[in-house]
Amino acid sequence: MIVWWIVLALLALALVVVWARSRRRRARVVPEPERAPMPEVLVPRVAPRPELDDGPGLDRRLASSRTIFDRVRSITSQGALTADQLEVVEEVLLRSDVGVATTAALLDQLRAQGAPDGVASAIRAALLASLSAERTVRTTADEGRVAVWLFVGVNGVGKTTTIGKLAWHETQAGKSVVLAAGDTFRAAASDQLQLWADRTGADIVRAGEGADPGSVVHDALGRAQARGADLVLADTAGRRVNNANLLDELAKIRRVADRSPGQVVETFLVLDATTGQNALSQAQEFLSAADVTGIVLTKLDGTARGGIVVAIERELGIPVKFVGVGERAKDLVAFEPTAFVDSLLSA
Amino acid sequence: MFDSLSGRLERLSTSLRSRARLSDADLEDALAEVRGALLEADVELSVVRAFLDAVRERVRGENVAQSLTPGQHVIKAVHDQLIDVLGGSTLKVTYSSKPPTVVLLAGLQGAGKTTTAAKLAAWFKQQGRQPYLVGTDLQRPAAVEQLRVLGHQVGVEVYSEATDPVTVARAGVAEATRLGRDVVIIDTAGRLAIDEALMAEVRAISATTSPHYTFLVIDAVTGQDAVHTARAFHDSLALSGIIVTKLDYDARGGAVLSARGVVGRPVVFASTGEKLGDFDLFHPDRMASRILGMGDILSLIEQAERTMDADAMADSAQRMMSGAFTLDDFMAQLNQIRKMGSLGGLMRLMPGMTKDMRDAAKNVDDGELNKIEAIIHSMTRRERREPQIIDGSRRARIARGSGSSVTAVNQLLKQFEMMKKTMKQMSTGGMPQLPGGMGRMAQMASRAAAQRGDAMPPGFEALASGMRSAAPAAGAGGGARGKKKKGGRVTPPKNR
Repeated sequence: MIVWWIVLALLALALVVVWARSRRRRARVVPEPERAPMPEVLVPRVAPRPELDDGPGLDRRLASSRTIFDRVRSITSQGALTADQLEVVEEVLLRSDVGVATTAALLDQLRAQGAPDGVASAIRAALLASLSAERTVRTTADEGRVAVWLFVGVNGVGKTTTIGKLAWHETQAGKSVVLAAGDTFRAAASDQLQLWADRTGADIVRAGEGADPGSVVHDALGRAQARGADLVLADTAGRRVNNANLLDELAKIRRVADRSPGQVVETFLVLDATTGQNALSQAQEFLSAADVTGIVLTKLDGTARGGIVVAIERELGIPVKFVGVGERAKDLVAFEPTAFVDSLLSA
Repeated sequence: MFDSLSGRLERLSTSLRSRARLSDADLEDALAEVRGALLEADVELSVVRAFLDAVRERVRGENVAQSLTPGQHVIKAVHDQLIDVLGGSTLKVTYSSKPPTVVLLAGLQGAGKTTTAAKLAAWFKQQGRQPYLVGTDLQRPAAVEQLRVLGHQVGVEVYSEATDPVTVARAGVAEATRLGRDVVIIDTAGRLAIDEALMAEVRAISATTSPHYTFLVIDAVTGQDAVHTARAFHDSLALSGIIVTKLDYDARGGAVLSARGVVGRPVVFASTGEKLGDFDLFHPDRMASRILGMGDILSLIEQAERTMDADAMADSAQRMMSGAFTLDDFMAQLNQIRKMGSLGGLMRLMPGMTKDMRDAAKNVDDGELNKIEAIIHSMTRRERREPQIIDGSRRARIARGSGSSVTAVNQLLKQFEMMKKTMKQMSTGGMPQLPGGMGRMAQMASRAAAQRGDAMPPGFEALASGMRSAAPAAGAGGGARGKKKKGGRVTPPKNR
C-alpha cells in the first residue's frame, strides 16, 4: 500500500517544484565572450616564479611516457596530413579530456592549415594558440582598499589546500596575508585552514560551523584593514553548480568581499585535473555567478592531463594561472603553456 | 545526469524512425552519434570502442523483430548493451563469521573518502550493525577532525592516534574487536595511483588488517583518467568494488562505465548528495534506466519506506481521496518528504520528468520548503482548513507575516487548489490533468507496485490507465514571478 501514499506525496512534491519554478527568477547570465581589458594597475609578481618543469610529477611523467607523442612524431616526416595521423591526434586529445567539440575544432584547424612542419608541431602550435590568454596575477588593490583573492569550486578539488599553499607563497614574498575561513559547511574545513595559517604565519579569521560565510569574509576584511595587511585569501564551501541557490549564495559572498574596504582582484576557480567534461559547465556557472578571473588546476601530478582547460580557455576565455604538481607548498607553480602542452601530448 | 546521453539517443531515434532499411552507412552514422554521446559523458575511449563493437555485433547478429523499425533496433541494441556494461545485480554485502568485518576505503585526494566513510557507517548502522570508524589520514590537515565531526553526527565512534597510518589501522581494528563492534571502516589518505611510496603504505594497511572489502572511492565527474586510477588501485589492492560519489552533479557519470568496464568489479554504493542520508547501494539496472531517462521509482519507494511514517501518510492519503485535503495535511506530507532526503535528489529519481521540470528541480532546495512552510504557518487555523476564505486583506497579512509577497501566497493557493482538484478527480475515477512527467511517474509506480504485489486503492487504476492521455500541463500557474528581494541577509548554508 505504501506505494500509493508515495504517489500522493510525490504529487505534493511536484506541486512544490511547479511553485518554485514559477517563482524562480531566471536571470541566467550568458557569459560575455569579450572580457573587460585588464586594468592598468597590474603589478608583476615580486617573487621569482619557479618553472613548471620543477614539478617532480611532470618531470617523471615527461620522461616515462613518450609513446604516443613518439608515434605522432614518427609519422610527421611524410609531409601531408593523412587520416591516420589525424586519428592519432584525435585519440591523444580525447584521452587528455580536451573534449569532443574542442578536439573536432582543433582537427578542423589542422586540416585547414595543413602541417608543413609535421603534424606534431602543427597540433602543438594549435594548442599553444588556444592557450594565449593573459595570465598576469593581480595582487594589489586600488589605493586604500584591501586586495582579495576569492576561491571557488566544487567539492574536493583542493580549494583549502590551494589557499594554504598560496598563503605560503605570498608570505614568502613578504606580503602580510589574512585567511578568511569561509567554508563553514564542511566539517573541520576551518581547522584545516587554521593549520595552514599556523604553518605560514598568516592571520586567520574563522567562525563556527554553519556560520554565515559572508560575515567571515567581512570580518577578515576588517581585520586586514586594521592591521594593514596586503591580501585576503577567502575560502568558500565546495558547491555543485546545478543549484541556483548555492550559486546565488556565492554571488553574495563575492559582493561582500568586493565592498569597501575589500576589492576582489582575483577570483580563482579551483579545478581538479582528473575532472572530465563537467569542468566546462563548472567554469561556465562559476563565471556567471562569481566572475572567475583565473583557474588553479590541481592534482596535475597524477596520470590525469587536465586537457579540459584548453576547452575552457578557448570557449570562455578563462586562463589557467596556477597548477598544482605535488603535495608540497612549492609544488603550486605558475602555469606554463609550453610545458603543459608537451605534457598533454605525451599521453 | 546523463542528460546528454539520453538526449542524443532520443534525437537519434527521431532521425532513424523513418528509415525502412538500415544500410551499413546509416548504422555507422548512428554509432558515431553514440560515440560522441559516450565521450561527452566522459566514458573512456577504449571502453567506448568496446561498447560500439558490441553494439555493432548485436545489430548485425540479431534478427530484426518485426515490430521494430531499424532505428528502434539500433536503440534497443544500445540499451541492452548499456545494461550489460553496467553489470547485472547489486553486490550483496555479507558479514564475516568472525567479526569485525573490515572495510577499507581508498582513492584519490578529494574523491570524498572521509564523507563516504561516515555515510557508509550510517548505512551499516541502519542495517542493524555496530560500525566503528578508523581514521588513518594523518596527512591532510584536520582530516581526522573532519571524520570525528561526521562520526559524531551519525553516532559512530572514531579511532585515531598520531602515530603512522599502518599502526593506527592495526590498533583501530584491535580496538573495535575489544569493543565488540562488528564492522570496521578504515578511512585512508588520498593518494595518487602513481605515488609508489603511498601505494606501498596502503598495501601495508591492507596487509595488516586483511580487509573483507576494499572499495575504491571515485568521483563521478572524473574524466578519462578514471580507468588509470581504477586499474592502478585494483592492481595494488585487489578491489572488491567501487563507490561512486557526487552522482548528484550534472555528471554524466561516464566514470561509472569506465571504471566498471576496466576493473570488472561492481559499483557497490553511490553517494547522491551532501546529506549523510544521500547514500545507498548502487543498482546497475536502475542506473541504466536513469541513463535512458526512465527515472528510478524503485529507489524512491525504498527510500520512502525507510523514512516515512506510514500511518501519517495513510491518514492524509485518505483525506486526499475524499476531497477533504487541507493545507495542514499538505504540510504534514511535506514534512514526510523532507525526511526522505534532499528534494533535488528525489526529483532526479522520478521517472518521466520533462526537461523543464528537471531544471526546476535542480533549484528546489529545502529553502523553498521553508518559504512554503512560512506561508502556511502565517495562516490561521481556519484559513488552513478553508483556504477559500482567504481574501485580499488576508493575503496581504499572510504575505507580511511570512516575509513573502502576495504573489507567492497567491501561487501557493492556486497550486494547492489544482492539486486538490486532481486528487478528487482521481478518486472519482476521472482522468486528472497532471503536469507532464507526473503521469508517467504514476504509471511506473503502478507497474512497480504490481511487481511487488501491492494492492491498488480505488481510483488509482484510473490514474494508471488514464495517464497516457494526460496533457502536459506542467506550465500551469507559471506566469507570475516572485520579486527578488534586494539587500537581504546572506543566507547561511545550513539548509542544503
